[in-house]
Amino acid sequence: MRAVRPAPSSAEQSTSLAAESPSVVRNFLNSRGSGRLADASFATLMLICASTIFLIVLFIFWILIHNSHLSLVAFGWKFFTREAWDPVSGDFGALPFIYGTLMTSLLALAMAVPLALGVAIFLTELCPRPLRAPISFLSELLAAIPSVVYGLWAVFVLVPLMRDTIGPFLAKTLGWTGFFEGPNFGVGLLTASIILAIMILPIISSLTRDIMTAVPNSQREAVLALGATRWEMIRIGVLRNSRIGIVGAVMLGLGRALGETMAVTMVIGNHPDISKSLFAPGYTLASVIANEFSEATGDLYYSALIEIGLALFLVTIVVNAIARLMVWAVTRGAPSRVS
Amino acid sequence: MGVGILVEDLNAWYGSTHTLQDINLHIPANHATALIGPSGCGKSTFVRCLNRMHETNPIARATGVVKMGDVDIYREASPVEIRRRVGMVFQRPNPFPTMSIYDNVISGLKLNGFRNRRVLDETVERSLRQAALWEEVKDDLKKKSGASLSGGQQQRMCIARALAVDPEVLLMDEPASALDPVSTSKIEDLIFQLKSQYTIVIVTHNMQQAARVAENTGFFLNGKLVEFDSTHKIFTNPRDKRTEDYITGRFG
Repeated sequence: MRAVRPAPSSAEQSTSLAAESPSVVRNFLNSRGSGRLADASFATLMLICASTIFLIVLFIFWILIHNSHLSLVAFGWKFFTREAWDPVSGDFGALPFIYGTLMTSLLALAMAVPLALGVAIFLTELCPRPLRAPISFLSELLAAIPSVVYGLWAVFVLVPLMRDTIGPFLAKTLGWTGFFEGPNFGVGLLTASIILAIMILPIISSLTRDIMTAVPNSQREAVLALGATRWEMIRIGVLRNSRIGIVGAVMLGLGRALGETMAVTMVIGNHPDISKSLFAPGYTLASVIANEFSEATGDLYYSALIEIGLALFLVTIVVNAIARLMVWAVTRGAPSRVS
Repeated sequence: MGVGILVEDLNAWYGSTHTLQDINLHIPANHATALIGPSGCGKSTFVRCLNRMHETNPIARATGVVKMGDVDIYREASPVEIRRRVGMVFQRPNPFPTMSIYDNVISGLKLNGFRNRRVLDETVERSLRQAALWEEVKDDLKKKSGASLSGGQQQRMCIARALAVDPEVLLMDEPASALDPVSTSKIEDLIFQLKSQYTIVIVTHNMQQAARVAENTGFFLNGKLVEFDSTHKIFTNPRDKRTEDYITGRFG
């Protein structure tokens, strides 16, 4: 690379703007290595970083399988579809917990996603500038509150409110649907879903806000110039362009909801039932591990609780896979983002 | 000082599209060479093959020989080495928005670990003068972000950034197509000034521009180099009927 250029003749150096030739800069650059080793080591290093993720997942999976061996042998795959949970006679099944986990998380999403989108739309498209920072700050502050504090707040504020005001109102107006029947103690699936919704709201709204801010203004202008109203502009110019990112934000929120333990444990009622009524107490995969792990007497009981952990792992994977499939089905053939 | 470029049997693909077919061409050192042709004819792909930027696209590949001076750039050098010797200016100005004007101009030197402050200062001034931007920005070199300049100024700063490494070849891919006529004429003046010191290859849609700045012109059509000759010959007495049709505006 270095000695390729013939020495310049003096005539070529005449222009005053010309760098001295070969210049200090050119000599320095020509003395630098090819970068092949640097590029190769960098790529290897990044590959190692990426593979740690893969290894961690494999390791967790292996530990869960290994430690739930007894229960896997005793109940087989049926463990995931059995309703029994009887530590005394050693009869275990994960279905009520899977139901409780999915039900509370999906209800929480149903409540939190529209609200979070509203917050994000307001912050990026409608909010007067001076209000933007304080509202963003507050919504991010919500995400920083420890979950046990949410649990305490729920026990002292949300539970009485559900028992005395919201619950009776729902039973009176929507009781005929069957979702709001039976005794209402204030604790149960619905209360747990509401506290989950509050907890995942900030993460979804702040991520969605960042994604929507990244949509180029030229897209907004293109829609507005066609005579669109504000809402039409947001729908076509902003939401359409950020749909993949929004699904990603919702998935992160869902991930948090599926695994959330403390606050849910404090208000869900902790009873492994599958009941249509949302007033009924329930139990989640994460809650049962937290509540019963320290008192799990007997190897089978212990092993069954580890398998509950395995179930939570699998539920998370399946839910994520379904979400990816949905995104893929919607965006097939269309470019994913504005360039 | 520039070096000549010799291209032999260059073929390039994007996925299954054969974008360049059997290009053979000699680009002389220390002259400006213009490449013209309708959109999608392969002229941008061609310049991107000259500094191995074409292969940064995962679905792209190229075969053939490109010699820069004596070096076969696809066999005897790494892409990094080649790009250190070749400056490139893109269609749209791409300043680094988080850097000051000063840091933008010397970014090619800094990333290579060049630390001599005196030479850096000199290089910034020389490059910005060469790019005819010095007088406009000399008072806020370190205060203003590169992105705070106007479009035309940004493009001249990008030219200064490409010149700061004292390249042997300067590739310009429609450098003035996003600019107003005043900025465009400044950039043309610049190319005219610079071509005695650098080998310049400029892609342009604007035939007057090619006629104004370049000694030689190549006409591309559908991935083939139809004709390559002195600019004067191309615009007054082209050998190929298709060249004549294009420059007289009958298509394209």
